[in-house]
Amino acid sequence: MEKMQQVVGRARAAFRSGRSRPLEFRIQQLKALERMVQEKEKEILAALKADLNKVGPSAYSHELLAVLRELVRAMENLPSWAAPHPVKKDLLSMRDEAYIHYEPLGVVLVIGAWNYPFLLVMQPLIGAIAAGNAVVVKPSEVSEKTAQLVADLLPQYLDKDLYAVVTGGAPETTELLTQRFDHILYTGNSNVGRIVMAAAAKHLTPVTLELGGKSPCYIDRDCDLAVACRRITWGKYMNCGQTCIAPDYILCHPSIQDKVVENIKETLKEFYGEDVKSSPDYGRIINQRHFKRVLGLLEGQKIAHGGESDEASCFIAPTILTDVSPESKVMEEEIFGPVLPIVTVKSVEEAIEFINLREKPLALYVFSKKKQLIRRVIAETSSGGMTANDVLMHAVVPGLPFGGVGQSGMGAYLGQYSFETFSHRRSCLIKDLSWEVVNKVRYPPGSMEMMHLAKLFLLKQCSKSRVGQFISALLGAVKAVVAKVIFYLQTCN
Amino acid sequence: METGSSFQQLGMQQALEPPRQQLPGCGKCSTMGGDPGKDPGKAAVCSGGSGIGKGPVPMVCSTPCGNPYAGLVSHLRASWLSGKTRPMEYRVAQLEALGRFLDDKKQEILEATELDMGKPSFEAFFSEILLCKNELNVTLNNLCHWMKDEHVDKNLVMQLDSAFIRKDPYGVVLIIAPWNYPIHLFLVPLIGAIAAGNCAIIKPSEISKHTERLVAETLSCYLDTDCFAVVTGGVPETTRLLENKFDYIFFTGSPPVGRIVMTAAAKHLTPVTLELGGKNPCYVSDTCDVTNVARRVAWGRFFNAGQTCIAPDYLLCTIEMQEKLIPALQKAIDDFYGPNPRESPDFGRIVSDKQFQRVQRLLGSGRVALGGQTDEAERYIAPTVLVDVQPSDPIMQEEIFGPILPIVVIANMDEAIDFINSRERPLALYAFSSDDKVVNQVLERTSSGGFCGNDTLTHMTLTSLPFGGIGNSGLGMHHGKFSFDTFSHHRGCLKRGMGWEPLNAPRYPPYSQQKFGVIRAAAKVTHRWRLPPMRSASIVARPAFDAPPHAHAQCPRGRPGVRTPEGPWGR
Repeated sequence: MEKMQQVVGRARAAFRSGRSRPLEFRIQQLKALERMVQEKEKEILAALKADLNKVGPSAYSHELLAVLRELVRAMENLPSWAAPHPVKKDLLSMRDEAYIHYEPLGVVLVIGAWNYPFLLVMQPLIGAIAAGNAVVVKPSEVSEKTAQLVADLLPQYLDKDLYAVVTGGAPETTELLTQRFDHILYTGNSNVGRIVMAAAAKHLTPVTLELGGKSPCYIDRDCDLAVACRRITWGKYMNCGQTCIAPDYILCHPSIQDKVVENIKETLKEFYGEDVKSSPDYGRIINQRHFKRVLGLLEGQKIAHGGESDEASCFIAPTILTDVSPESKVMEEEIFGPVLPIVTVKSVEEAIEFINLREKPLALYVFSKKKQLIRRVIAETSSGGMTANDVLMHAVVPGLPFGGVGQSGMGAYLGQYSFETFSHRRSCLIKDLSWEVVNKVRYPPGSMEMMHLAKLFLLKQCSKSRVGQFISALLGAVKAVVAKVIFYLQTCN
Repeated sequence: METGSSFQQLGMQQALEPPRQQLPGCGKCSTMGGDPGKDPGKAAVCSGGSGIGKGPVPMVCSTPCGNPYAGLVSHLRASWLSGKTRPMEYRVAQLEALGRFLDDKKQEILEATELDMGKPSFEAFFSEILLCKNELNVTLNNLCHWMKDEHVDKNLVMQLDSAFIRKDPYGVVLIIAPWNYPIHLFLVPLIGAIAAGNCAIIKPSEISKHTERLVAETLSCYLDTDCFAVVTGGVPETTRLLENKFDYIFFTGSPPVGRIVMTAAAKHLTPVTLELGGKNPCYVSDTCDVTNVARRVAWGRFFNAGQTCIAPDYLLCTIEMQEKLIPALQKAIDDFYGPNPRESPDFGRIVSDKQFQRVQRLLGSGRVALGGQTDEAERYIAPTVLVDVQPSDPIMQEEIFGPILPIVVIANMDEAIDFINSRERPLALYAFSSDDKVVNQVLERTSSGGFCGNDTLTHMTLTSLPFGGIGNSGLGMHHGKFSFDTFSHHRGCLKRGMGWEPLNAPRYPPYSQQKFGVIRAAAKVTHRWRLPPMRSASIVARPAFDAPPHAHAQCPRGRPGVRTPEGPWGR
């Protein structure tokens, strides 16, 4: 208890000192972070290999590269993100300054997840630093090697007081959550998400929850099945299915189910060879508990492909289930493993209804040649994010926010959205102390004339109202005349 | 008790009206509005239970958890799932109906707020009607623009694809409003909720009971009752209401209740916006025009008899300034409310006896310099200024929410800033000085929901500025586009082509050192090739604020509302 209090207290004191606020400082810390990723690449990759059997290229591109990209984006754009944002004014405030000022929230808590143990703590951390906050990072204890590495490395590169790392499991996290933070970003499952939000409510702390969910993938009959299945296979079996936005299940017409299975089988062979277990590119389930859970989902199902497992190494082969009943266990919880159930639907209407009957997913995928059909699926469903004709890629587009809705989470981050998530948008209006006459309108004693005047001044926005247009036209004309006169006078002299 | 009956009325109206009933021509409604009007007498007789039994239950299959509001919520959710709230025409029609509600019921609103808290008609007109109309017009003028998909930058690999942010409605939202601006504080969020395409349940405060009744009885004549409902009641009803699953909760009220609301929301993982209060400091520096300061502060403090969440709560100034301010404040009060504010039609009353007693107790702190008179029967408290107030006094421990202005003496600006920073972050912060540097110093070295230099309250009249708290004063924000964004889920969408599959080869296994090299090189190249950020021209240096504002960063083309097929809606 005391230890947590100390960590948070130190971070808060450091934040109060104001040193995290100057843009130069933030950029310098982000540079240090970039240096850390570059210099300690080997150590990070080793930890990822130990935790999740993630190897070289895939680990590098999924975790390190994304972090580096996020860093570059933050460093390049920070000055423009953080600049005060002037806003439209009405007639009464024509002469005043009105703008939105982005200011740091204070001490931010980032709770990471184990499936992308490095990425999921670093990306929010980058946003929080960019916004000028002090940060307490709590990596997942399940991916313990990476957690330890983050705890060792961050203090070597970043300001020790402002950015602290806390390691530990549920008891430590519970203790940590009793502390007051100014924002909490949690990545994980919805049950813990509820606990985090309830804990945050005690201190009125805003939260961003990045949860999971069963992300549906609808394949239309009219599409290039070979390409679609290739892309789905990639997204589903990457990281051994342990990706929060991985396609969770496939919805397709019964007539193409067999072809889908065939295509995925072929792609699997191409990706991981004949013996998946010996492929260096195929991951493992994180631990025994999850291994048993995922295997449990296979019970009573028609296995069209895969199904092999090895408890000692937490290996589960890429598996496809066909003709899965919507009521079965595998369709009730997020799979988070290399198991791909196929549920058949007769039409796109049925698919949309199927999706809408369930909790809003974190991601939604649709494959079709028909633009109209894609548009319809987007318009008639809801989900955190969505990609048409591919999987996962919406999370890679730099300008898109990443976040869930409903059971899949709340709030969004990445890039500018991280910056906004970790900033308070303070509205600022700076008026002139003189020109008191104008204020007469609003002061008591009130009268009908005053009401009409107030109406005139306030009701219409200057950009829309005719009065406003007239006045701005007039002002423009006056300005032009004045400019001419000045120019004339100057040339005369 | 009353709750039950109101709810019953609501249910009856729902049952009577055809589901697709549209708003125009409230002829039939007016009789219906009259029906419940007779009810209040009966209200006391009806038990809550029976009212609920006859409520919307018949329309929906079941109330599984036995929650009295479950039927209503699922009925609204069914309407939302039908997709009827999504088309822009529907949203516009509902918003215009709200405008008609304000026009038609103007007199009733003024009367109800007068009965509730003696709200002066000018103040009521200004805050409850004018500002709402303003918000409505801004929303109607810009809605087509806000609803558009927002296209975003893409990286090199995705040049052929289309990436955009879709503004999806959340679903069924709950709006809980307080009593101090009983119309404004439910209507402004409601405008945002409708604009974003949601269904909504409105829970007005039970304390401002005349306004509550007005809203419960008449709003349904204007809005589509399948999608919008008013629920009335006190704490027990609200607690039951909060057991239901909503897709968004917008709460305005006090921090303790805010905690309860957020805890209830956590059970369903419902996002919340909390608009809470706080003690808003007002720093007056030594260099300023005392007369103008006094007028602006007095106006903000005594507006609505001090029951404004963003009212300046206390003054921070030096002892010399205090000497000058007292006579100036006296003069301002005299100018505004005459020698006897009690007779003035422009000065309000405290809303309830409980509130009156609370505020009256606070008068015990410090020494009364101006005002101080009270009358329990009328719930009148005179515009009061307290001096010699210690930071430890009771009046400095809670939000005052009454017409009392304590002055805390500090030595200089640094002390004032320390004073502010050692307390919870307020909803608003005010600084007065003829010197811009002083104002900017206070702004930069403190934190608060909003900031207004050299005036009070007026920052909230600008719909282009977000309105919301930080820390104890709340989370989330609204007004104008921010309301729309609050009630919209920003869904990241990417549409790709099926071709160009070889371009994807580097990302597929089996991974090799070559692919690794390609990925690294591509990362480096994209890094170097990156175009300079769009707004980089305006970076580093603070932009000149009197330059033409570019509020619509996302939609640079055209003026909002002009290019619509139907033409501008603004009136």
